[in-house]
Amino acid sequence: MRFVDEFRDPAAARDVLAHIRDLAGDDRFTFMEVCGGHTHTIYRHGIEHLLPSGVELVHGPGCPVCVIPMGRVDDAIAVAEHPGVVLTAFGDMMRVPGSRGSLLDARSRGADVRIVYSPLDALRIAEELPDRQVVFLAVGFETTAPSTAVTLLRARDLGVRNFSVLCNHVTIVPPIKAILDAPDMRLDGFVGPGHVSTVVGQRPYRFVPEVYGKPLVTAGFEPLDILQAVAMLLRQHREGRCAVENQYTRAVPEGGNPAALDAMAQVFELRPHFEWRGLGFIAQSALKLRDELAGHDAEARFAVPGVRVADPKACQCGEVLKGVIRPWECKVFGTACTPETPIGTCMVSSEGACAAYYNFGRLHRDVAVTLGR
Amino acid sequence: MSGSRARDATREAEVLDRIEAFRRRAPRLREDRVTRAHGAGGKSSAALVETVFLPAFRSGDPPAELADAAVLPAAGHERLAFTTDAYVVRPLRFPGGSLGHLAVNGTINDLAMVGARPLGLSAAFVLEEGLPLDALRDVVADMAEAAARAGVPIVAGDTKVVDAGAADGLFVTTSGVGALPAGRTLAASQVVAGDVVLVSGPIAEHGVAVMVARGDLAIEADVRSDTAPLHGLVEALLAAAPGTRWLRDATRGGVGTVCNELARDADLTVVLDEARLPVRPVVAGACELLGIDPLYVANEGRLVAVVPAGQADDALAALRDHPLGRDAVAVGEIRSEPKGIVVLVTALGGTRIVDMLVGDPLPRIC
Repeated sequence: MRFVDEFRDPAAARDVLAHIRDLAGDDRFTFMEVCGGHTHTIYRHGIEHLLPSGVELVHGPGCPVCVIPMGRVDDAIAVAEHPGVVLTAFGDMMRVPGSRGSLLDARSRGADVRIVYSPLDALRIAEELPDRQVVFLAVGFETTAPSTAVTLLRARDLGVRNFSVLCNHVTIVPPIKAILDAPDMRLDGFVGPGHVSTVVGQRPYRFVPEVYGKPLVTAGFEPLDILQAVAMLLRQHREGRCAVENQYTRAVPEGGNPAALDAMAQVFELRPHFEWRGLGFIAQSALKLRDELAGHDAEARFAVPGVRVADPKACQCGEVLKGVIRPWECKVFGTACTPETPIGTCMVSSEGACAAYYNFGRLHRDVAVTLGR
Repeated sequence: MSGSRARDATREAEVLDRIEAFRRRAPRLREDRVTRAHGAGGKSSAALVETVFLPAFRSGDPPAELADAAVLPAAGHERLAFTTDAYVVRPLRFPGGSLGHLAVNGTINDLAMVGARPLGLSAAFVLEEGLPLDALRDVVADMAEAAARAGVPIVAGDTKVVDAGAADGLFVTTSGVGALPAGRTLAASQVVAGDVVLVSGPIAEHGVAVMVARGDLAIEADVRSDTAPLHGLVEALLAAAPGTRWLRDATRGGVGTVCNELARDADLTVVLDEARLPVRPVVAGACELLGIDPLYVANEGRLVAVVPAGQADDALAALRDHPLGRDAVAVGEIRSEPKGIVVLVTALGGTRIVDMLVGDPLPRIC
């Protein structure tokens, strides 16, 4: 595959790893990869055990499914159970537990819940089923928000009145700031979000080096991207620099994607506050539909409980999302909480740190080193 | 490694051991209702079989492993193999095959995987009131064609019609009987460390072909189902490598799932080499776009074989001489530790677990 194989080249990876070992020396570094997509790549390609033992990657909050609180899942299920509603959602959302089970459970009880690959697919369903109310459960950071925005603009222009969006879009900067403000913060830098940055560009992260004195390197999602970003972070440390750098230049322009940002500005405005799974309420961290689009706002159209549901006591997703503990340090990891019976969202999405570690990384280091090359 | 790192490693190892012990417990069925995951071939399917069906149907001493077909004693030296399978795939027709082809080939393959020579099939049809007769004729014609190609007759059948809405067009169930030559045994219990794992051709083609044909991927790709009867390929393999330990067709759940069943039943490690896994670029691309691992995508004409290291070259040569095994490759080997686990050595030289699939494979967001 062009544009993929080049970034999985074993010989090039060995070179970068040797470089990383030189730069790291005997010192210890802890970097956070912000995106769930990075976490997935790290475990899927077995990168964790290839890095020198002094370089640790901890997993960040950038998994769009993982940050959805239980109350919002309950809202989605309540909408799905309205008579005549077709609820559409990305596949990852289907297994996320609310207080009364997941969307998959709702479907097995008779609700019409369908997986879509794009919000435009949901709009098409609405056009095909004019007698039904079709709702798109929108989740994700600035990566997916533009496609929801474009879909809403098209629904408005085409006059598709039976289409609405249950909006849970969130923004990436507030949780990064929350992590940097946490008293138990122990990071030496960030592997910055790749897909989000294709939309927002590089400027929003300047506060990370300028205010908090930590380097951030925006990275792509192939193994070599992540290894190179780690090398770039180490080089900044070695050269005494601290800046926002861009490893993912083939996709991320400095100023982001103006057309996408414009579509978002037309459709969304900031919510005063939004609840994040495990992180609690964060001010101005999420998006809602502007009043002009209220006719397409599922929260306005349907009665939703809107009740805050406390996370299960045993669940430590919050600490995992903040990188304070590693997945295996959670008390319920792998026993009470597994991919088939997840308690926390980090165990649901394949991008969740717990699911990635459980599914891919559950190997003793010595075994991994013996079997690997 | 500093002291605290060493302590971390020890604590992590303890957690991993606890999880491993937990994983080995008998599966529990937690749901009150059937969900799609119960049919996806992964952990939920195993829980359904082991908590609902086996306690009811298993009599006397439980056999150590659940094979694709049961082996029954018969008069004389031969034993009989017996199996059954229901077919509900949608759409009814997809590039490279149809429900009719699957219904014949799938059941033949279940017989072939225990080493049996298929003798004949039965077919039962559940038809929904209102089904166009031409649709039924098409399915039947495809079944006849597949049976003729395989040289295995369909010799018995049954038909039921249910009310409109009670079935999605039609469902087909086929059963098959085969003869198992004397002395031929294929079982996970025969597998030992050092054995070699072979795959008979490119993987994940059937599942991707069906997903593309459903039209819900919004992608177009020239991928054809690999559906084919494998009993001829098995005969060729067993003639060249009579020491073959174990065979499985990698249908629902894919190569990843059958390797997990092997690791569990043999209580050994299956080590797969990512760089050698045969995945055609167009299939790899479709899986990459969807965030689906080709190791978990269904095949309908590929087998996974475990052979002794000393017969691996002969086995590969025999597979490659056969039209259905031209692209066969050795993809891994059997190790003794850690038991019950499938490990993938990634192209980068890293390692990761290949676990049993949980639920239906669901595409990722981004």
